[in-house]
Amino acid sequence: MSVESQPEPLVELTNVNFAYDRRPILTGINMKIPRGKVVAIMGISGGGKTTTLRLIGGQLKASSGQVTVGGQDVAGLDSGGLYRLRRRMGMLFQFGALFTDMSVYENVAFQMREHTDLPDDMIHDLVMMKLEAVGLRGVAHLMPSELSGGMARRVALARAIALDPMLMMYDEPFAGLDPISLSIIGDLIRSLNDALGASSIIVTHDVQESMKIVDYIYFVSEGKIVAEGTVDDIRNSDAPYVHQFVWGEADGPVAFHYPSRTYGEEIHTVAGHA
Amino acid sequence: MPERIADALRWLGKRVNDRLWRLGFASRFFVMTLLYSGTAMRRFFLTVREIYFTGVLSLIIILVSGLFVGMVLGLQGYDTLQRYGSSEALGVLVALSLVRELGPVVAALLFASRAGSAITAEIGLMKATEQLSAMEMMAVNPIARVVAPRFWAGVISMPMLAALFSAMGVFGGYLVGVQLIGVDEGSFWSQMQASVDFREDVMNGVIKSFVFGVIVSWIAVFEGYDAEPTAEGVSGATTRTVVTSSLAILAADFILTALMFRGA
Amino acid sequence: MMNRLTLDLWVGFFVAIGLASLLFLALKVGNLSASNGGETYRLEAKFDNIGGLKIRAPVKSAGVVVGRVSEIRFDSDNYVAVVAMQVDGRYKFPRDTFATILTSGLLGEQYVGFEVGGDPEMLKGGDVIKKTQSAVVIEKLISQFLFNKAAETGEQQQ
Repeated sequence: MSVESQPEPLVELTNVNFAYDRRPILTGINMKIPRGKVVAIMGISGGGKTTTLRLIGGQLKASSGQVTVGGQDVAGLDSGGLYRLRRRMGMLFQFGALFTDMSVYENVAFQMREHTDLPDDMIHDLVMMKLEAVGLRGVAHLMPSELSGGMARRVALARAIALDPMLMMYDEPFAGLDPISLSIIGDLIRSLNDALGASSIIVTHDVQESMKIVDYIYFVSEGKIVAEGTVDDIRNSDAPYVHQFVWGEADGPVAFHYPSRTYGEEIHTVAGHA
Repeated sequence: MPERIADALRWLGKRVNDRLWRLGFASRFFVMTLLYSGTAMRRFFLTVREIYFTGVLSLIIILVSGLFVGMVLGLQGYDTLQRYGSSEALGVLVALSLVRELGPVVAALLFASRAGSAITAEIGLMKATEQLSAMEMMAVNPIARVVAPRFWAGVISMPMLAALFSAMGVFGGYLVGVQLIGVDEGSFWSQMQASVDFREDVMNGVIKSFVFGVIVSWIAVFEGYDAEPTAEGVSGATTRTVVTSSLAILAADFILTALMFRGA
Repeated sequence: MMNRLTLDLWVGFFVAIGLASLLFLALKVGNLSASNGGETYRLEAKFDNIGGLKIRAPVKSAGVVVGRVSEIRFDSDNYVAVVAMQVDGRYKFPRDTFATILTSGLLGEQYVGFEVGGDPEMLKGGDVIKKTQSAVVIEKLISQFLFNKAAETGEQQQ
């Protein structure tokens, strides 16, 4: 990364639309991920957050609009260019997605073996370094099936940072974790980001945990960005959607009821059928 | 009534369309597997590892089934042949049926249900648990790293397994025919050797098993890769692998037999 | 994951016994050792009737397999069957060799038998054997036998 382009954000989404089978998932998304920052994308499940990550990673292509990473248009890259770009990205999947047929050690060593010609002893040192960073050197010889959910997530994190990426993406890193693992992961995300000098994107619906570690937050609902701002902006926001989300209220702009006919009408018609 | 017919036609059209689309996708996937086979060959250990899972772990079922099929052939063949006073031809009957048909076909059917279903389930689960996505995000092509080694392992294992099945079957026929019933050992082997041609019978059997290996491995990796990433999706894909490859083996066997043995 | 060396060993073992069984099929079950794929030359012979002779049937001389039938076709000019044979290049036969279609055993397979003559000149590739005898068709044999029997009894009664 050239130093003079510092003010330019690492990742930029301009007017991105994405539709799946003509069903719009994202509409008019504008987003900037500045270098060195941790940015959260929040919203309810099924709101298009993961799709955003896949657009940045190049696994999906936007229907219109532009996604640039490090100044490169992701959609315009051929598969070779895309793979070169992805070597500088790390992604933590929702449930870790560790390779179940390899030991923890081999999982972390995977990218080093695939992309470098490093000798075995150097790979060993690197793997131990990465595992040390997540505090799990002791499980190197175990298989992923022998790990707890929290440990698997941390191993997956060690694997994601194996090649010191410039961009880290986290897909629901807090989902399904106990409170202790949760704050371990949260701390790791922040400290690794700062240690690597990387930028991070967290897709999550865990408000409290992510508010502790992020610099900037985007709220996505029904494929649109409905609010954005720093942590303080969001906490003090009185936009109804944000308020409902941050304070976890059951009803509000996001209705408790799925759109349907009225209750009375429903009961009446069913009775009529029977 | 006309709407009914239109509906039925529309339904039929959609099904044909879907099938064709899937077939086209499967063919493209096949070509891609071949194109990305470089890794599987260059880092041959990846393929060797899969040969262990597809080939070595299928050994027991193949050897035991081969032995029993051969023994049954020995019993039934003797029963029929001795009525015509030509029980020495038992060796010919056992060897020809095994080498030409039963070896390649039964071994391939067993292979489809033992190894093919395992390949589909494994790849399907890797997809369902986002391991394939993770690999893609780590700039590693899953077709090159996961699919191609399994495909080639199947293609390499299949002829070996079929040959083992046939050899074991001939041995089983020998046990029952010669050791148990008492057919003359000399004529058992010599008649067999006189009638089984290496190129026409043995090599054609090997070619058959190679073709079956390609078919089963292709279907298995494709169904796994194409599986819906859910538990039901993977189990459905596993079943489809066994059903589709069994049908494909039998159909291909008919075509190959017609091409190979028409003249003789 | 399994130790790489153990895995290599197993796969090596698997491939070895796979190839061994192929070798077994080739040598012990099949006739690779006999046919040895050496050079052959082509001879043709015309028969009035080939009976049940099939392609790949053996060609024997003095009981030894010396070749195989490679092609059978009908000559529509002379209304005879033309049998082409690939004969092992190691064996030469005189020009007046006599080709017969014989049956091994009563119901066994049919083969071409060479009875060697005394001509000093040998048959070359592409030659046609002049002297042949057709297959014995069992129905003809039986009807001939019955006819003779009937004739005999008729004579005795007279």
